Amino acid sequence: MPWNGHREITLQVNKADGNFSSAFCVLFRLNALRKFTGKKEYRTGEVPGENMTDPITWIANWLETILEGIGLPVGIMVLILTVLGVLIVVIFVLAIDIFLVWMERKVVARFQDRLGPNRVGPYGLIQPIADVIKLIIKEDTTPKGADVLIYNIAPVIALASVLIIWAVIPFTPTLVGAEVNIGVLFIVAFGGIGTLAIIMAGWSSNNKYALLGAFRTVAQVISYEIPMVIALLIPVIFAGTMSIQGIVNSQELWNIVIAPVAAAILLVSSIAEIGRTPFDLLEAESEIVAGFHIEYSGMKFGLFYAGELLHALTIGALFSTLFLGGWRGPFVEQIPVLGIFYLFGKAFLVYFLIMWIRYSLPRIRIDHMLNFNWKFLTPLALIALMVTAILDKLLTDFSNITYAVIMLVVNLVLIWAVIMVLRIYASGERKKVGELKPTANADAVLSTFGKDVSSAQETSGAST
Amino acid sequence: MLDEHWLYIGVFLVLAPIFATVPIIIPRFIAPKKPNPIKLEAYECGIETVGDTWVQFRVQYYIFALVFLIFDVEIVFLYPWAVAFDLLPLFAIFEGILFILILLAGLIYLWKRGALEWT
Repeated sequence: MPWNGHREITLQVNKADGNFSSAFCVLFRLNALRKFTGKKEYRTGEVPGENMTDPITWIANWLETILEGIGLPVGIMVLILTVLGVLIVVIFVLAIDIFLVWMERKVVARFQDRLGPNRVGPYGLIQPIADVIKLIIKEDTTPKGADVLIYNIAPVIALASVLIIWAVIPFTPTLVGAEVNIGVLFIVAFGGIGTLAIIMAGWSSNNKYALLGAFRTVAQVISYEIPMVIALLIPVIFAGTMSIQGIVNSQELWNIVIAPVAAAILLVSSIAEIGRTPFDLLEAESEIVAGFHIEYSGMKFGLFYAGELLHALTIGALFSTLFLGGWRGPFVEQIPVLGIFYLFGKAFLVYFLIMWIRYSLPRIRIDHMLNFNWKFLTPLALIALMVTAILDKLLTDFSNITYAVIMLVVNLVLIWAVIMVLRIYASGERKKVGELKPTANADAVLSTFGKDVSSAQETSGAST
Repeated sequence: MLDEHWLYIGVFLVLAPIFATVPIIIPRFIAPKKPNPIKLEAYECGIETVGDTWVQFRVQYYIFALVFLIFDVEIVFLYPWAVAFDLLPLFAIFEGILFILILLAGLIYLWKRGALEWT
């Protein structure tokens, strides 16, 4: 199918009638679900991917026949399969989360020309498990005067809010988690709850550094939510739906090709959302020690740490879903299980990019951080949204290749214009700050010191 | 009608906090618990804490929170517009553009009034 299809496909998804939705069955609830909702029943061989090309759907069907054999009511069966599906996703994501600790340490070590963990197990692979055991047997203190309830709930919310985002991320064409028609808003909403966890931790710790970290969170994370929400509108415009699976289906051509500006804005504001360098003001080690989690010890600190790492990977998965085609890749239509590998491959690529930025850039000052958001990213996002909206409507009748090329060219022109504006602004700022600082220049050095150097050489030559 | 997708999210909403709670329940049984007054002091780089923790804060934080609130609520109105984009006539698209322009004008007004300045 040519990729023009982005509109037709999403319309079909929106209809969600019996035949088409079979391809988008929810994890672990196939026939039982259809019986329950009165949709068409599928027999063996009819359900797409009911063979070894899609083992998870196959296992789901197999489990279902077993449960049917026991003779459970349909409602309970649906509930059991749903709980099983959720358990599998959560455990899978948490297992990756533990692995991320190893990856983060290994990559930062390589960036800093060190070896990283390499003692416990091959390449230090068992290191994160040792870390978890250490954190569990550490004493867990609650500082004097802390608000105990909020203090203890905050780390739970920090991890749980990130985990819940994985409910709406589609893994393969047939394995979509929850296919809700407000997917994008769902993600923004639960990203916001993560912010709440940070504020709760900072407020309840009875520590001034923690409170400062919480204040900075208010300024930073909520500010950067504005360009993020605007940038998220652009894939929604292309797909015509807020459903994440619908957005993936619409990307016969990856969105990053037709909207690179929006992709860049989303990436930058996402890095600010998770509070990583260069936007790590909320836990700035050199100023406020650890910011909001300064008083946490043991596994409660571990949950904040795990939540932060997992949030970065979640951002990677979201970015690849919205702009890099999600589970799309060669042969994914025939062998749906490949989608998991494509999705996580892209997610880890974006995660690596986030780490690269983290270990390359210094922290920025709070007024620069706010200026960058309100005076640069937000207006740019609004302009990109307007340009995309007008072009998308005007180019409806054009062929797909023309559409993509014009979109790309307009985006590149926008990037060029932004760079020119920044150059003009920067030169103005430099004039304001003062004269340009002299740079090392061979001619200038020689004209100033040339005589002395040559005379010194002559004298030294004469003495020998 | 029971929507199976919302059931999935509902189960997720119940199970995710449980999975996040278990790691802080386990240390209650196996970790040592020997609190003493000095250990429970607030850590402020070794210096004794002075006065109340919940200090006054800069008014700018409050202003930025207000600006955020205004923009966030207004941008949420654009989501229905974006979802129905393909069905809308060109006229409706330009109405949306007009709305964005008003947003932009509001931003420029705030900028000129100095609400976006930190110092």
